[in-house]
Formats: sequence, structure tokens, C-alpha cells
Amino acid sequence: MSLAALQPSTAKEQDYLWTLNFGPQHPATHTTLRIVLKLDGERVVDAIPDIGYLHSGFEKMGEHLDYNQYVTVTDRMNYISPVANNVAWHGAVEKLLGIEITPRCKYIRVIVNELARILDHLLSTGAMGLDVGAFTFFLYAFYQRERIYEIMETLCGARFTHSYTRVGGVMHDFTPLVIEKIRQFVRTFPETLDDMERLVNRNRIFVDRMKGVGLLTKERATNLSATGPVARASGVTRDLRKDEPYLAYSDFDFDVCCATAGDCFARYYVRMAEMRESLKIVTKAIENLPAGPANVGVDERTALPSKSQVYQTIEGTITHFELVMANRGFTVPSDEAYAAQETANGELGFYVVGDGSNVAYRARTRPPSFIHFAMFPELIRGHTLSDVVAVLGSLNIIAAELDR
Amino acid sequence: MPADPATLEALKSACGELPASEFRGDTRVAIAREKLLDAMRLLKEVRGFDLLVDVTCVDYLNYRDAAHRFGLVYLLASTITNERLTVRVYLDEPDLSVPSVTLLWSGANWLEREVFDMFGIHFEGHADLRRILMPEEFTAFPLRKDYPLQGRGERHNFERIARADA
Repeated sequence: MSLAALQPSTAKEQDYLWTLNFGPQHPATHTTLRIVLKLDGERVVDAIPDIGYLHSGFEKMGEHLDYNQYVTVTDRMNYISPVANNVAWHGAVEKLLGIEITPRCKYIRVIVNELARILDHLLSTGAMGLDVGAFTFFLYAFYQRERIYEIMETLCGARFTHSYTRVGGVMHDFTPLVIEKIRQFVRTFPETLDDMERLVNRNRIFVDRMKGVGLLTKERATNLSATGPVARASGVTRDLRKDEPYLAYSDFDFDVCCATAGDCFARYYVRMAEMRESLKIVTKAIENLPAGPANVGVDERTALPSKSQVYQTIEGTITHFELVMANRGFTVPSDEAYAAQETANGELGFYVVGDGSNVAYRARTRPPSFIHFAMFPELIRGHTLSDVVAVLGSLNIIAAELDR
Repeated sequence: MPADPATLEALKSACGELPASEFRGDTRVAIAREKLLDAMRLLKEVRGFDLLVDVTCVDYLNYRDAAHRFGLVYLLASTITNERLTVRVYLDEPDLSVPSVTLLWSGANWLEREVFDMFGIHFEGHADLRRILMPEEFTAFPLRKDYPLQGRGERHNFERIARADA
């Protein structure tokens, strides 16, 4: 795309301005996105985002893959916390299909969801630190991400793209080893969190780079459709876990972390505080994990039965065939449903249209990164070139989710 | 959380009788295109729907019993009362234009651009309606149902630049 095409017609012609092409291949964008900056010296006069480099038609694929297959694609949206996307996708599908999942499954999904939130916040705060020069901080964060990856590997065999949920349940139930690993993580993680906070919270360079940069007021945040930590750092108290309790979130006692400053530091601070709250939820959930099956019963014909059920019981065999045969499958209403969940980045929702077949007629994702990146020009105007990476990091733009 | 009945009453008194339905706790109303902007202004300014959650579109080309080709979907929420409401606008070819809601919610900017890019719906009054995910040279609208998943020469309409001209 030519530069002239990107220019909004309202931009004034000022020939002393520099045009700087930031991205699409730049280490500080972390992924593939491009921003055309107009600079007056070091000051950013205007920023024009140009996205679509990673567009690969995920929503079109959603119209051709069935409700269980599409979960592998949702992994690749926000690949920093893939399992949260899995849970959100199947949450929406189950709402459309009218499936009530088991109490144990709800707790399992809460635990993996909160681990995903920690996973995401560790990367976004870590990368924020990295971009403004706090390299040790980033390494501390990545070491702990590795621990969560180990838990997920034990749980479902994949480190990165988990595809953990299924319609009506999950791929595998928690094993004692997984529970032990989560317990161990919950024990050891607060120490690192303390270390991380000690490293940068009062660090002069870090604070000076983050405070007062990328200001977003409460009114603008809501008007620009911001959700999640970005909105909460501006004083919007909305958290779907509290406001529209889904899964088993009403069973847990946790705080919604908010700040009022609305700058990069507030967004960093909210994320750090949210990790502690997530840890509280995981600790409580893992100790109170309900007994019973993780998947809905064989009779309901929604979740794939386990192999032992398929081979040893007639109901298991029938259910298996009913679900995998091309002309059978789920009972899907010809209607549409929207279900959203509070993921690490904000409200991740899926608008699913069913047409009676096994494949969604339309699978729309409400991507928080896409909506947050739209406000980037407004946040960066008037700041210096070096603040671009700080603002970008604080919004936690994941280009795969941005472009889908 | 489903919408407050008072919201629907307010909408009805402003825009006349509306087809409203409820499915699994979601309240949906269908609004005629001519009344969309007034209805949205009422919802935002009087009924407190301050958050535009999403704007999207569904192409009902092969959908059973569908009366219209396109259905625009506006998902609204209130950050104070947590009320949610889905507003639908149905469109038919050849007139695929609808007033833009960017003046009410700035967040609609990119969402409407994406719908334009993927479905070719024209948002009147949008300040910067350009393709957002697909390249500028692209001629088709990929999320329409008549656009195949594979098999069409996606690159046929791209400008060819010789090395000497680059």
C-alpha cells in the first residue's frame, strides 16, 4: 500500500515533518504490524496504523470447521494465552447449543483460564519492561511462563497451542500430577512476583518512561470500546468475571483491580495486581475441585466419550458414532448467540450463528487487540518516538488476534 | 444480562413497533435502517449503553428461511448496569448502506471498517472508510458466502511491479 493511500485526507501538509515507517518487521512491534509515524523532530504528530499483514481468514475457516475442530484455530488468535481462547470459544458454542457443563469442568476451566491470564500478563508486562530497557524483569517473567507451559504440557501434551476444551467438556481431566504441579506453581510464583515488582516498581528509568505516557481517560476508554486491563487502568470497573459471572467465578473471592491514572504505568500496575488475584482464584479452585466427571454424560450426546467408554459400553460406542459420523453430530438450533469472557486482554467474545449443521454458519470473534489498537494514534499523539514502544507494549497488541 | 424491559419500551415509543426476541438470555431487536441512528442515540444517551461491544455482519445467502441478505449486528452494553442489547439491521442488495455510528461511539471506527472490508457494507458518514485487513487492491469481499474458501485466484488483481520499476 502506498503512503499516499494511508494518509487521511484531513492531514495537513507540513513539509518539515518526517515520515517514519515503524514495522512491519521491527523487534519492538513484537509481531507483524505497521505504523506510519509523522514526526516533528522526535515528537509524534500523527500515527497511522496499517494492519492486515497476518490476516489469514480465521473467521472464514470458522465457517468450514466444525465446533470441535475450530478450537485449534482459536489457539492461534491470542497465542500468548491460547487456552483462554479455547474456553471462550466453547463457552459461546455451549451457549448456542444450550449445554450445561459439569461443576468439575467449570472449575477446571476457571483454573486454566486464570493460568492463561497469568501467562498473558507475564508476557505483556515482561515485554513492556523489555521495550523500555528492563531486561532482567523480562527474563524473570519468561522463566515463570515456562513453568506454566510445563503444567499445560502435562495437562494436554502441547506447550503452545493447547486446544484443550471440547464441546461439553475438556480434552483430558486433571491428573494428580497436574494438580501437584499447579500447587507447586502457586507456592513458588508469589516470590517471583515480589521480585518482579521490586525490580521495576520504583525503578527511576522504568517509572519515568511509563508514567504520564499514553493517557486514556475513563470516558474515552468506554467510548473507544476498551475492555480488560486497558479500561480498568482508566477507572472503568467492568470485569465480566464479576459483572456477568460465568463458569464458576461466583464461587471465588477476588478483587477487580483498577487504577485511575490511565497511563502506561497504570496499565502495567493493573496487570501485575491481576496476577495476584488470579493466583488467589487458582489456589482456592485447586483445593476445592469438585469430584465427578469432567465431561457431560454420554447420554447427552455432546461430548466425545473416553476410549474406554467407546470400547466397553454400548452407549459410549453409539455416542461416539453419533458424534463423528458426517450426517449426524450435535443438535444445533438455527439461531445466534454471543458469549463473552474476560480474558487477559479484555472482553473476548464469539458471535456464533448456528444453522442446524455441525459447522457454524458464522463465527465472529470480538478481538480485544483489534479494538485496543484502534486507539493507538490517540494515545501516542504528542509523545516522543521512544514512547511508541511503551504505549504499544502497554496495550498488549497480539497481531495474530489483531488480524485473524 | 438481558435488557431491561424499560429499554425496549423506550425504543418502541421512539421507533414504533420492533420485532424483539430473546434467545439464551440475549435480547435482540431489529431496527429499520432509517431509524438506526435515532435509536442508537436514544440507547446511548437515554438508556446508558455507553459501550459498543462489537459491530459485525452475517451474510444469510444460503440460510434457511432467511428474508434478507445481510444482517448487521451491533452488540451494546452498559458499563454501569451491565445490561446488554443486540441491535440488528437487515440489508438487501443493491442498497448496502447504513448510517455510521462513529459519531456516537469512536470505537465503531475500525469495527465498521472491518465490516466494510469483509462484506462490502457501506457506512454513510464514516470519516475514513477504507479496507483494513485486506490489501487496497482487493476487489472481492471475502466473508460473503458467495466467496469460496479456496479456488479463486486471490492474486489475480494485484498490481505487478517489475524489478526495474520498484
